[in-house]
Amino acid sequence: MQTWLPAEFMQTSEGKAADAILRSCVHCGFCNAACPTYTLLGNELDGPRGRIYQIKGLLEGSPVTAQTQSHLDRCLTCRACETACPSGVQYAKLLDIGRAEIAKRVPRSVPQRLLRRALRWIIPSTRRFGLMLMLARALRPLLPSAVQRYIPLAKPSGVWPQVRHSRRMLILAGCVQPVLEPGIDSSLARLLDRHGISAVPVYAGCCGAVSHHLTAAEQTHAHIKTTIDALWPSIESGIEAIITTAGGCGAMLRDYRHILREDAEYSAKAARVTELCRDPVQIIEALPIDAAAKGRRVAFQAPCSLVNALKLEGRVEAVLQRVGFDVLPVQESALCCGSAGTYSILQAGLANELRERKLKNLYLAEPEIIATANIGCLTHLNAASQIPVAHWLSLLEMD
Amino acid sequence: MSLSKTTCAALMTRLGKVLSKHALLHDEEALRPYECDGLSAYRQLPAVVCLPETVEQVQAVLRICDELQVPVVPRGAGTGLSGGALPDHAGVLLVLTKLNRILEIDAPNFCARVEPGVRNLALSEATRPLGLYYAPDPSSQIACSIGGNVAENSGGVHCLKYGLTVHNVLGLKMLTIEGELLDIGGKTLDAPGYDVLALLCGSEGLLGVIVEITVRLLPCPECAQVMVAAFDDVAKAGAAVGNVIAAGIIPAGLEMMDKLAIRAAEDFVHVGYPKHAAAILLCEVDGARVEVPEELQRVRQIMLESGAFEVRIATDEAERALFWKSRKATFPAVGRLSPDYYCMDGTIPRHRLAEVLTRIEALSEQFGLPVANVFHAGDGNLHPLILYDANREGDLTKAEALGACILRLCVAVGGTITGEHGVGIEKLDGMCMQFKSSELSQFLRVKAAFDPQGLLNPGKAVPTLHRCAELGAMHVHRGQVPFPELERF
Ligand SMILES: Cc1cc2nc3c(=O)[nH]c(=O)nc-3n(C[C@H](O)[C@H](O)[C@H](O)COP(=O)(O)OP(=O)(O)OC[C@H]3O[C@@H](n4cnc5c(N)ncnc54)[C@H](O)[C@@H]3O)c2cc1C
Ligand code: SF4
Ligand code: SF4
Repeated sequence: MQTWLPAEFMQTSEGKAADAILRSCVHCGFCNAACPTYTLLGNELDGPRGRIYQIKGLLEGSPVTAQTQSHLDRCLTCRACETACPSGVQYAKLLDIGRAEIAKRVPRSVPQRLLRRALRWIIPSTRRFGLMLMLARALRPLLPSAVQRYIPLAKPSGVWPQVRHSRRMLILAGCVQPVLEPGIDSSLARLLDRHGISAVPVYAGCCGAVSHHLTAAEQTHAHIKTTIDALWPSIESGIEAIITTAGGCGAMLRDYRHILREDAEYSAKAARVTELCRDPVQIIEALPIDAAAKGRRVAFQAPCSLVNALKLEGRVEAVLQRVGFDVLPVQESALCCGSAGTYSILQAGLANELRERKLKNLYLAEPEIIATANIGCLTHLNAASQIPVAHWLSLLEMD
Repeated sequence: MSLSKTTCAALMTRLGKVLSKHALLHDEEALRPYECDGLSAYRQLPAVVCLPETVEQVQAVLRICDELQVPVVPRGAGTGLSGGALPDHAGVLLVLTKLNRILEIDAPNFCARVEPGVRNLALSEATRPLGLYYAPDPSSQIACSIGGNVAENSGGVHCLKYGLTVHNVLGLKMLTIEGELLDIGGKTLDAPGYDVLALLCGSEGLLGVIVEITVRLLPCPECAQVMVAAFDDVAKAGAAVGNVIAAGIIPAGLEMMDKLAIRAAEDFVHVGYPKHAAAILLCEVDGARVEVPEELQRVRQIMLESGAFEVRIATDEAERALFWKSRKATFPAVGRLSPDYYCMDGTIPRHRLAEVLTRIEALSEQFGLPVANVFHAGDGNLHPLILYDANREGDLTKAEALGACILRLCVAVGGTITGEHGVGIEKLDGMCMQFKSSELSQFLRVKAAFDPQGLLNPGKAVPTLHRCAELGAMHVHRGQVPFPELERF
């Protein structure tokens, strides 16, 4: 598409990146078909092609109001549009630029600002989030049952094996997962241990994804740097890989290189982290795991981060199949479940509609269990699912 | 002529009573993304965008517009490549994507009733578990609407054997501009009286707004196999197309891609096509399990005899799907090679294929703009994609001039200016090239019979005689571009 970005903006690296992305879009509309919000709302303004167009207008200097902002806010950043786009448009990068620009031009209401700030303050901090959850759990019996569903019970954290092998990998714990589902990482650690790999846990708080989605660049950079600092000594000592069991965090680590590309001090380190980061499936598919699942019926909910950001479509399903699960087909498998980081809080209506649709599709083939690969999807689905939802890594240990 | 303040106020008040706040867009900020369809070189802001959710709402909108004499441009998914859904600046853009329900799948009678906003591929996905599918498959099928398909009489890679949209539609419900609901055709193949159904297929939103479609479904073939044949010379590939058809074989699909098109598609889908091919042919054979392998071998033999240096048959269903995905994504994949492309849609007699392709190559060199070719070779429907850069001054004008030369070439060898993408706004001048004024007058009379005030999609598909006359004059004067009134990239 033709573009008219102001000359001054074109001098900046953001401006150049935005221009290149905008020009790579040929306005074919293929992406709309893959977009969850376009599917629900049928409005060009709520689809990727229309969002790209709105960002183009915004960056070209057309007047914008909260209207445009609301259409950009409704985007889940699921990146299904990127997977669908034949022309290779890097939509998410453009959206980041667009969201940052509109945040400058359209101030949010006070309650909205407070809510966003509160989310950025609580979620990325394991301690604060843990305290809130403890409080909620204590009050749980007093609350109506509809609310109770949203407060997950405490789960056992499982035994972490001794570090004893010469092959070493890091498991980055992230922010909310150690509080909500502490058992996932340790089950991965035990599995790796049985196959001659020692996993070392790293607790560094949020990887930066939460603030990144809330367009808080400074805080994002700070979180990334804290994470890098926590990882660095082990990286220098020669670990093989950095694993995260939350697809959302994996997608974020994959972007470290890009986000800190202009940071004199950290760009090289960030690039190294991106190089070393792996999803568990990339490690596990190479291990000789026994088939033990004996035909249990599982429906896998492939997180958007896994499919669209990490581009690992079908890989977890293949491992589950290999170890003996009956992996059932899922209709509309590419449609986001609505979790999307803080989206389920900020856009609850759309998030719930997407969850209902996702669950209906997951139930269709009558699974015994639903598996997923991201903490966000797991808690979001579990709050409404009639069938238990588990991380696929926990399934590998079940028999 | 723009909408007067009083008409606009009356229009908004009355539409506001029919549509919810979110279904009625009026601010420039919200209208902007609706200013163009798949042909983004032509842009025009509408006065208002309406997003009705029910047939009753569509009807109410039409009645209001008819009474206030406000033009109406229907729009489906906005993937059209001829600017058919380009808004009227003094009119309503009537977007039908929210009417996206599949109303009935009548499996025993091999048909389905759908609302116009249902995506083409969504219908086949919904019917596949029942062993049925909807045959016309435009490359844009993932996104385009069935209403839009009917309005454009769209074709697709499988239309060589199964026909265009018109051959697969059994009935329509259409609203006239006055808001009268017409029920045309039905679940059977023939209906008494004039074949109005055929007239409406391809009417490009000029005669009425389609609000329901009954389509014919086909049983999924027992077996379908696709092969790719690679050639070191485009002319050889062109000849091979003729040889396959001459042997009495009607493939389910027969598509050609040239070097540039292959490069773009490979970048996206990674099928692993032979790298050195000047052209490839994709040929699908379908039918009974006992027949297909034998026929496929015959095609293979013909391809080799026609000079193919490699023939590869998709090993399984997944690979077959991948072949077609790459073919169907080729237009937008060309966006990887060039910021913009201008897609042509001429048809030619099949036996002139090799000659026309050679002449297009010469024209491409003459104008200094690359041309990628990807098209329905089996039915002689060319889609030369002219690669240009809209940010470079003069490039679009050059691309349009090259396009016009290509279309003139198509007409000169006995073909037409459009195979399946419609005339829209973009090929109006081509219509002057193709038809005599007496023929155009007949078209205009049909239009007037349905829409006496000329409110539905005005200025599209059929040029006024005046325009054609002026065009004659324009060619003498040169230098002046078509549609000076439109903002352009
Ligand atoms: C990448 C790409 C590949 C394509 N490949 C093909 C192909 O292989 N074959 C092919 O035939 N086309 C192809 N097209 C063109 C386009 O997809 C088709 O013309 C399609 O049928 C348009 O459908 P739409 O829903 O997008 O309609 P729109 O573009 O929204 O509208 C098209 C026309 O139909 C009218 N219209 C839409 N809905 C209605 C309705 N309900 N009632 C009355 N009028 C209506 C509009 O006014 C307009 O004139 C391709 C387009 C792209 C971008
Ligand atoms: S699919 Fe890609 S090129 Fe096509 S409209 Fe969407 S982003 Fe643009
Ligand atoms: S990221 Fe997801 S929600 Fe956002 S535009 Fe793309 S497909 Fe739609």
